[in-house]
Amino acid sequence: MSVGGGWETVIGLETHVQLRTRSKMFCGCSSVFGAPPNTNVCPVCLGLPGALPTVNGQAIRLAVRAALALGCEVHLRSIFARKNYFYPDLPKGYQISQYEEPLATGGGLSFTSPERGPVTASIVRLHVEEDAGKSLHDRVPRNTAVDLNRSGVPLAEIVTGPDFRSPQEARAYLLALKEVLQYADVSDCDLEKGSLRVDANVSVRRRGDSELGTKTEVKNINSFAFVEKALGLERDRQIATLEAGGRIEQQTMLFDVKANTVRPQRSKEESKDYRYFPEPDLPPLVVPDAWLDEERAALPELPAARRVRFAGQYGLPATDAAVLVQSRLIADYFEATVVAGADPKPAANWVMGEVLADVKERSGTLRVTPERLARLIDLLKDGTVSHSAAKQVFAAMADNGLGDPRAIAERLGLIQVADTGALGEWVDAVLSAHAGEVARYKAGEVKLLPFFVGQVMKASKGKADPKLVPALLKERLGG
Amino acid sequence: MTATDPVVDRLAAAAPLHALLTPTAEVRSALAAQAAAAPPSGPLAGMPVVVKDNICTLEYTTTCGSRILEGYRSPFEATAITRLKAAGALIAGKTNCDEFAMGSSTEHSAYGRSFHPIDRERVPGGSSGGSAALVGAGAVPAALGSETGGSVRQPAAFCGVVGIKPTYGRVSRYGLVAFGSSLDQIGVFGRTVSDAGRVLAAISGRDPLDATCEDRDPLPLPAVPENLQGFVIGIPKEYFPSDLDPGVRRACDRTIRLLKDLGAAVRDVSLPHTPYAIPTYYIIAPAEASSNLARYDGVRYGPRPAGAVDVRALYRATRGHGFGAEVRRRVLIGTYVLSAGYYDAYYRRAQRMRSLIAQDFRNVFDRGVDLLFTPSTPTPPFKAGEKLGDPVAMYLADIFTVTANLAGLPALTLPIGRVQGLPVGGQLIGPAFLEDEMLEAAFTLERSVEPEAEA
Repeated sequence: MSVGGGWETVIGLETHVQLRTRSKMFCGCSSVFGAPPNTNVCPVCLGLPGALPTVNGQAIRLAVRAALALGCEVHLRSIFARKNYFYPDLPKGYQISQYEEPLATGGGLSFTSPERGPVTASIVRLHVEEDAGKSLHDRVPRNTAVDLNRSGVPLAEIVTGPDFRSPQEARAYLLALKEVLQYADVSDCDLEKGSLRVDANVSVRRRGDSELGTKTEVKNINSFAFVEKALGLERDRQIATLEAGGRIEQQTMLFDVKANTVRPQRSKEESKDYRYFPEPDLPPLVVPDAWLDEERAALPELPAARRVRFAGQYGLPATDAAVLVQSRLIADYFEATVVAGADPKPAANWVMGEVLADVKERSGTLRVTPERLARLIDLLKDGTVSHSAAKQVFAAMADNGLGDPRAIAERLGLIQVADTGALGEWVDAVLSAHAGEVARYKAGEVKLLPFFVGQVMKASKGKADPKLVPALLKERLGG
Repeated sequence: MTATDPVVDRLAAAAPLHALLTPTAEVRSALAAQAAAAPPSGPLAGMPVVVKDNICTLEYTTTCGSRILEGYRSPFEATAITRLKAAGALIAGKTNCDEFAMGSSTEHSAYGRSFHPIDRERVPGGSSGGSAALVGAGAVPAALGSETGGSVRQPAAFCGVVGIKPTYGRVSRYGLVAFGSSLDQIGVFGRTVSDAGRVLAAISGRDPLDATCEDRDPLPLPAVPENLQGFVIGIPKEYFPSDLDPGVRRACDRTIRLLKDLGAAVRDVSLPHTPYAIPTYYIIAPAEASSNLARYDGVRYGPRPAGAVDVRALYRATRGHGFGAEVRRRVLIGTYVLSAGYYDAYYRRAQRMRSLIAQDFRNVFDRGVDLLFTPSTPTPPFKAGEKLGDPVAMYLADIFTVTANLAGLPALTLPIGRVQGLPVGGQLIGPAFLEDEMLEAAFTLERSVEPEAEA
């Protein structure tokens, strides 16, 4: 089914991101992912009788930093609240969250909508809370196992207004959010580890209507690709329902990856009334003024500003700036390469090409120092090595981690040969080996020239200076 | 024979009170182990202390008087217990209480009621009735209890002993099984003000494990003053209603005369929001309880009935079997008052009323009054079964004590006389964190009062 048909989609997102702390929100247990089940636990995060929560200051600092990065107003006094519901992986029978008085409100995040161009999503609120444990339905036959390692892990919940008009926009916002939070070093936003999770409120209305339609909440979305898929499915379901004369029920929909559907959560599974009330075990959360200043100071240049600067300062196309800035690590690496003496545009090309490929496809880390990359780019610029030779040198540096690029190029015999004598030998050998092509060239088929150039490069194993080869060929071919 | 055997003998002799939930044989071996590990000196060296069963101990089970925690052993102990041990005290067993501290008679214990040490037909009060009865019977010099709405002071008054509820935040709640978290506070029983005060001093002070515990040094014990000269003691008229038990009134009147004789200036005062204290309390405490008791779901600990077909059935069976009627009633009330559509009408209004009640006290204390004197309970100890069928009548047994919990203030009760042989308690309420002044007055009053005299 297509969108259109006079319908407008309205989406708001609630994103939970795990704050990068060493320990949990309300106890000293490790919050590291991947430990054996129920090993990072204590009386507090197990909810044992008599245990009490105490606040992890580092989690609050990171949440403050996130709020500042999103332009929110940070409230120096906020209130923890209990969200009450029964679930086996919720050990206390309530989650400590914030409700009426959250840590921060009223921010915004700019992103590029695939349909509308630059858009700013409103950040209604950002609050801190603890995570629940994990129910594992596939470990013990006919039983549910509960792992409470995640219980009490600190989260920031970031809530937008109903500001997105398509599933694609929602995804674009999430990518921008992830970028900002990773830049600010607030969260690693790793979907695989569950450190970023999304719930979406979806409604549709007739184009031109000012009132919002009845919304549903779509849960269980755990990948960026699934965001578009799940929200698209729900949008289509709502439009089909309305066009068939039905009405939308306010309910929670679960995205089922395998079945590629959204289905209503069984009413028994949901508890609409969370009976929020102020958490009596924790006094009001007071953020010291100094923390605000320190976290503001800890904020790096954020992606939007950096993109603008990259385009201006380095004269890069906007698309290059966008690719480089996506990751703070890569952007920093690019700048270090330029600082080490490389020209910006070739440096950008190298970083977006060989460097990113090496990170993504092979090592997962930046294996060549920016200084060496800069020297390699220099060798390429002054014609010491050919482009293909430079790639070989890069691979060699990445793989053995040692060596000056020039020394490697020499060792591999990749120093470009500009000596016409040596070039002449390769050219002569190629021409004598391809008498047929030579005849055709001489008969006027001049488009064969690049073929000869390629053959010469091949014969020289890349050492021939490709800038000199065509002239030499033309000379010998009498063209 | 070891040094701790006489305690065990006294506890065994008090067995008919059904105040101790720990078998005495277990107490005997646990005491021997503790005595071996205890510091040789300390402010409480060798003092046996019994502990209400809603305070976590490593030594014994912690059941809160409930089936739902039958056999439960805590893997950690309360901060108060660690401090008692560090001061040289010995934990001499766990005492009976109303289930999860909900009640005023100890009749709501899943393990059977406790008996009043003087009259077996009567209740020792509650919810910390077991602790009060054992101190009243002379089995131990001191005990720990807990208060949410008077659960130390009311049974202390009934059993003729001293009971102290400290300022909210004076003693760490870490390891006290929560009932109404914004009201809960560990309290102490003693045969004398000194015993109770020494125990309170030992367990008080900052605790990084409880965010609601104030960042203060342990309470210093005051010297006993010669007299009460310079003290202004307020008598709030709302605590002397026309239907106050005549014996209680006579004992209080006699004590007020004594206060004057000791040099105190006695002044009539008013705390106008007092009539709203019980309804306010019975919204806030159950609301918090409904949330605090949600964790007892049979998933991680406690008995789990067999045969549940799904998780809902497991919850229903666990909680249905595990909780007694009074706990279920309060969980229902609490769930109701927090529900969408009722929150503003009940919980939010109750919180507002709570502030007004606290403001009443501040107004009086700001106008030069140092302490308030009131009856601790509206009646002497009542008979078992008398109020069991009438929850509201039971709730009214705490009418003079809940206000200090709502306002977070320190308060204590001490015996001021007898009515037909049954103890009557008088209450002192002080400004927040001024326990030392309250204890000074109590020391002085204790020296002159005749607790055994018929009023």
